[in-house]
Amino acid sequence: MRTKRKAVKIILYVLLTCLAVIMLVPFYWMVISSLKLNKDVFSIPMKWWPETLHPENYSVIWKKLPLVTFFLNTLKLTVCTTVIQLCTSCFAAYGFTKCRFKGRDTIFLMYVTTIAVPWQVYMVPQFILVSKMGLNDSHIGLILMQAFSAFGVFLIRQFYISIPDELCEAARIDGLNEFGIFRKIVFPLGKPAMATLTIFTFTNVWNDFMGPLIYLKTKELKTVQLGIRMFISQYGADYAWIMAASVCSLIPIVIVFLSCQRFFVEGVAASGIKG
Amino acid sequence: MGSGKKSFLTSGQKRKIRNNMTGYAFILPNLIGYTVFVFIPVVFSFVLSVMSWDGSQRPMQFVGLENFADIFGDRIFRGALLHTISYALMTVLPTLVLALLLAVLLNSKLRWVAIFRTAFYFPYIASIVAVGAVWNMLFQPDMGPINEILRFLGMENPPRWVVDKDWAMVSVSIVSIWKYMGYYMIVYLAALQGISNSLYEAASIDGAKGWQKLWYITVPMLTPTTFFVLIMLTIQCFKVFDLVYVMTGGGPGNATKTLVNYIYEKAFTSWEFGPASAAAIILFAIVLVITLIQFRGEKKWSKDL
Repeated sequence: MRTKRKAVKIILYVLLTCLAVIMLVPFYWMVISSLKLNKDVFSIPMKWWPETLHPENYSVIWKKLPLVTFFLNTLKLTVCTTVIQLCTSCFAAYGFTKCRFKGRDTIFLMYVTTIAVPWQVYMVPQFILVSKMGLNDSHIGLILMQAFSAFGVFLIRQFYISIPDELCEAARIDGLNEFGIFRKIVFPLGKPAMATLTIFTFTNVWNDFMGPLIYLKTKELKTVQLGIRMFISQYGADYAWIMAASVCSLIPIVIVFLSCQRFFVEGVAASGIKG
Repeated sequence: MGSGKKSFLTSGQKRKIRNNMTGYAFILPNLIGYTVFVFIPVVFSFVLSVMSWDGSQRPMQFVGLENFADIFGDRIFRGALLHTISYALMTVLPTLVLALLLAVLLNSKLRWVAIFRTAFYFPYIASIVAVGAVWNMLFQPDMGPINEILRFLGMENPPRWVVDKDWAMVSVSIVSIWKYMGYYMIVYLAALQGISNSLYEAASIDGAKGWQKLWYITVPMLTPTTFFVLIMLTIQCFKVFDLVYVMTGGGPGNATKTLVNYIYEKAFTSWEFGPASAAAIILFAIVLVITLIQFRGEKKWSKDL
C-alpha cells in the first residue's frame, strides 16, 4: 500500500513537472531568443542554449524605443485609474450598504444590470463621447473611461455587507458622523477587498491593449503594450530585438505578481465564485 | 439618534432628508462617472445602431433597421460571426477540461504545490502583445520550433499555422487555451477546497478507489462551478479581440476576423458608426442570451442545495 502510494506520488510529480515545463517553455524561448543575434533566432537545428550570449540586444532596443516614456505613461494610467476606482467604489459601496436613501435599490440594480454588458458593446459611443469632450488622444480620457466600474462597486459592496451594522450603529451612538464611520471603521476593515480590486484593476490596465489602441495616437502618450506593438510592426524581422522588448514589457508585472501572489489567487477566488 | 445634537426642528422628516443627502453624497462620485462613461454610452449604442453617421458635423440620419440588414448582407460580417463561434467551440471545452484536470492534480497533498500553481497561472498575467509575439515565432511554419519538433516526430508536412487560413484560428485557439486555463484552474481550486472531506472519508469506508471518488464525488460536486466556468469562457470567447489582432490581424484574408474585430474596423478605420453599433448590438444579444442561461442555471442549483 505504502509503495503504491509512493509510486502515485512520483507519477504526479513527473506529470506536474512536465506540464509546468510545457506552460513555461514559451517564456524560456522568449528570454533565450532575446539573447541571440537576430539571424540566429531561427537556426536549424534549433539551439536551446546558444554558445554566445548577446545581452547588448537590450541596450540596442533601449536606444531604439523610448521605453522609459512608455513605462511612465503606463504607470501613470495604471495608478490613476486604480486610485480613482478604489476611492469611488469604496464610497459608493458604503452608500449602498450602510446608508438608507430613496432609490438606493433601483440605482444598484442599474449597476448590476450593466455589469453584464461587455465594454466592446459600448466602446464606440463611449469613444465618440470622450472625443466630443475633447479628451481623445489624452491620458485623462483613457483614465476616465475605465475608472468607474460596476464590478468594483459590486466587489467592495459584497465585502461591506459582511461588516455588521451594529458596529456602525455603536459608532453613531458614540457621536461619529457618517463620514467618520466610513473613514475610521468600514474603510479599514475593507482592506482585503481593496487589495483584490487593486490587483485586478492594476493587471487589467497594465495589460490593456484595445483601450490605448483606440484612444492614444501620439507616440509620446503610448503605453508599453502599444509601444511594443509599434516596435514589432517596424522591426518585423529583427526577432531577437522583438523578444528583448517583450521581455522588458513583462518584467514589471512579473515583479508585482511574484510579490503579491497571494492576493492574485484570492482575487480570482473572490471574483470567480460569486459570479 | 440625531447624533446627540438637539435641534428645534428634529423630526423624522428632517432626518430622512439628511439620510438621503448622506447616501447620495457617498454614491455620487461613482454615479456621475458611471452615468457619463457607461450608462449614456450603453443607451447611445442602441440609438446609433438605427442611425447613419460617420462622426462628422453632418447630422445623424434615422435609417431604421437598415444597418442590421446591411451587416447581415455583408459577407465579412457573417464570416466574423462564424469565426467567433468556431473559435468559441474550439476553445471553451479544452480550457475547461484542462483547468479542471490541473486543479484536481494540484489539490492533492504535495509539496511545491505553490510553485506549480504559479507556473500554470503565469501565462494569464503575461501581456497579450508579448505572448502573441513569442507564439507567432514558435508557430513560424518553416523554421519555428513547433514545426521543427513536429518534423522531428516524423510529420512531413506540418500545418502552416498562422499563415494558413484553415489553421490560423486553431493557432489562436491554442494560445488562448494555454493563456487562460491557469485562471480557471484557480477558480476550480477554490471550489475544490469547499468540498467537505467527510464525503471522501465516507466513500473510502465504502471501499471507493481514487478515480471513483473523482468521478462520483468531485465531478458532481463541481457541477455549479463547471457551469459558471462554461458561461464565463463562452462570453470571453465572444469578446475576443487582442489575441487575434496581435497574432493574425484578422488574416490571412479574413480567416480569423472575429465579431469585435469587425466592430473595431467598421468604427475606427471606416468610420461607419451605424453598422459598427448594429454589430455591437448583435454581440450584446449573444452575451445577453448566455447570461440569461446562467441566471436560470444558478436558480436551479440554489434550489437543489
